[in-house]
Amino acid sequence: MTAPSSAGVGAPDPSVGAARADGRAIAERRVRDRAPGEPRRVAYLYLLPALLFYVIFAFGPLLYTAWLSFFDWNGLTVGEWAGLDNYREVLSDESIRSSFVHSLVLIFFYAIVPVLLGLVLASVIAHARVRGVTAFRAILFLPQTIATVVVAIAWTWIYAPNGPLNEALDAVGLDSVSRGWLGDFTWALPALGLVGTWVMFGLAIVLFLAGIQKIPVTLYEAARVDGAGRFREFLAVTLPGLRGELAVALTITTIFALRTFDLIYVSTSGGPGTSTTVPSFLVYQNAFANGRVGLAACIAVVLTALIFVVAFAITKLVDRDPMQ
Amino acid sequence: MTAARREQVLSYAVLIVFCLIALYPIVSILLLALHDRSDLVTGFSIPDSIDFGTFKTAWEEGEFGRGLLNSFIVAGTVAVATAVFATLAGYAFGTMRFRGSDLIFYLLLIGLIFPYEATVIPLYYFFKDFGLTDSYWALILPQIGLSVPFGTFWMRAFFRSTPGALVEASRLDGASSFMTLWKVLLPQAWPAITTMVVLVFMWTWNEFLLALVMIQSDDLRTAPLGLALFQGANRGSQDATLVAAAAIIVALPIMIVYVFLQRSFIRGMFAGAVKE
Repeated sequence: MTAPSSAGVGAPDPSVGAARADGRAIAERRVRDRAPGEPRRVAYLYLLPALLFYVIFAFGPLLYTAWLSFFDWNGLTVGEWAGLDNYREVLSDESIRSSFVHSLVLIFFYAIVPVLLGLVLASVIAHARVRGVTAFRAILFLPQTIATVVVAIAWTWIYAPNGPLNEALDAVGLDSVSRGWLGDFTWALPALGLVGTWVMFGLAIVLFLAGIQKIPVTLYEAARVDGAGRFREFLAVTLPGLRGELAVALTITTIFALRTFDLIYVSTSGGPGTSTTVPSFLVYQNAFANGRVGLAACIAVVLTALIFVVAFAITKLVDRDPMQ
Repeated sequence: MTAARREQVLSYAVLIVFCLIALYPIVSILLLALHDRSDLVTGFSIPDSIDFGTFKTAWEEGEFGRGLLNSFIVAGTVAVATAVFATLAGYAFGTMRFRGSDLIFYLLLIGLIFPYEATVIPLYYFFKDFGLTDSYWALILPQIGLSVPFGTFWMRAFFRSTPGALVEASRLDGASSFMTLWKVLLPQAWPAITTMVVLVFMWTWNEFLLALVMIQSDDLRTAPLGLALFQGANRGSQDATLVAAAAIIVALPIMIVYVFLQRSFIRGMFAGAVKE
């Protein structure tokens, strides 16, 4: 049996050679470790190009952003050391705080809704004999591959005053409900959230379907012998069996929600008012439009810290596997 | 038997409904784009005749030929460079033991989750100091740096899964470490490398923020940046058809690749977020 928590999910396709024959691979590696002529120092040479690019263009800039967050700098003149001023502003400024609250709303729509939806649907489908799974899977996954700028334009049309959504509402007699959804102070944010649900639900379904296939059928049979209903079976067998997939799905979707930028920039620019601003949009705005580079860097640092905390928490939460 | 049959029908129904939901937004802008530019389009209206005139206008006015070419140059270079660097690094992590390997690996793993939004500010000033903001370099170099963690992670998993005996035999034959990689491992690595190239190409193709920050001149716009600016310039309701056509133009290349290589896409995407 494979452990669903790490290696099993990491390499879902045997043709790429999943690290699935765990025991044997480890034994072989041990032999390999002592093998004669094994290169050691040359390893650094192989790592060098990748590390250089990563450190200069990704990790280094991340650290430099952290450094900038302690300055008051307009991007042109010499910056001034500001200590923790920017951090105080991030914590106290109403509009910045609300952008983080908007992120939480987006997490609900990008992560929680698709994962719940995916769990329900995958467990409905899992044990039926369905043909053409490959085609279904490819279609469900399609939203993942389309540029967010394109997605934003498609949904701007759907939500437009004369767009399909309002026409559908009018057709069923809900004229009173129809409106320009993205121009509405209350509804713009949930409307954008649903775009995230659309992007993510296919990923969750496909991931959970693959996971359920790996749960031994005997566990389901045992549950049935014990007289468990569909719901008990779901709680006792499916949910624990999908631990690893749950972690992957929650991590991908939550990080994606926290990083939302393109969608907001193209569809609402944070409006109406500030009802759909998000942290990365404020980073862009403060750094490249308002000349408040230090503050922008500070928002970026807080956002990064938040993403690390979330990723770590999800891993911890799901790793508490009683089976191991 | 009837219960199983009912389950089957229900499953098909669920799958079909959600596939329709997944497809609808794309279909809706495709329908919009097939209208004539002067048509007053609302909601679900379907064009009287298939007309690609709007595509032609969008293509010319938005200079998408140029945009697609730029995106192709940038995404292609990033994908190939990432493949080379990540294969070398993955080979080291997957088959060699050296001091600090765990530490260096964890350093790279951080790159899988941190938001690159947090790197854009220093990158902008860094490239500005060298007078390189408005250039391919400003798009290519950072995105190699951002793609290398996923690539390395992916190739490391591949090299770990290859039988150790192969490498060992090659070493005992006196082959250098590079010859072992070149002659023994690389011939088996192509499926893994293809998956990585396809994903990195897609991510780079779809990237928006970096281009928005770095690129000022029209000639260097990537396709998504050109599309966003094109949408910004055509906000009138009679321009919706035009913007929709532009969106289809920008999405099409990746969708075509996806149709042929969807297995690679799906396989790789899941691996991206897995940490050991």
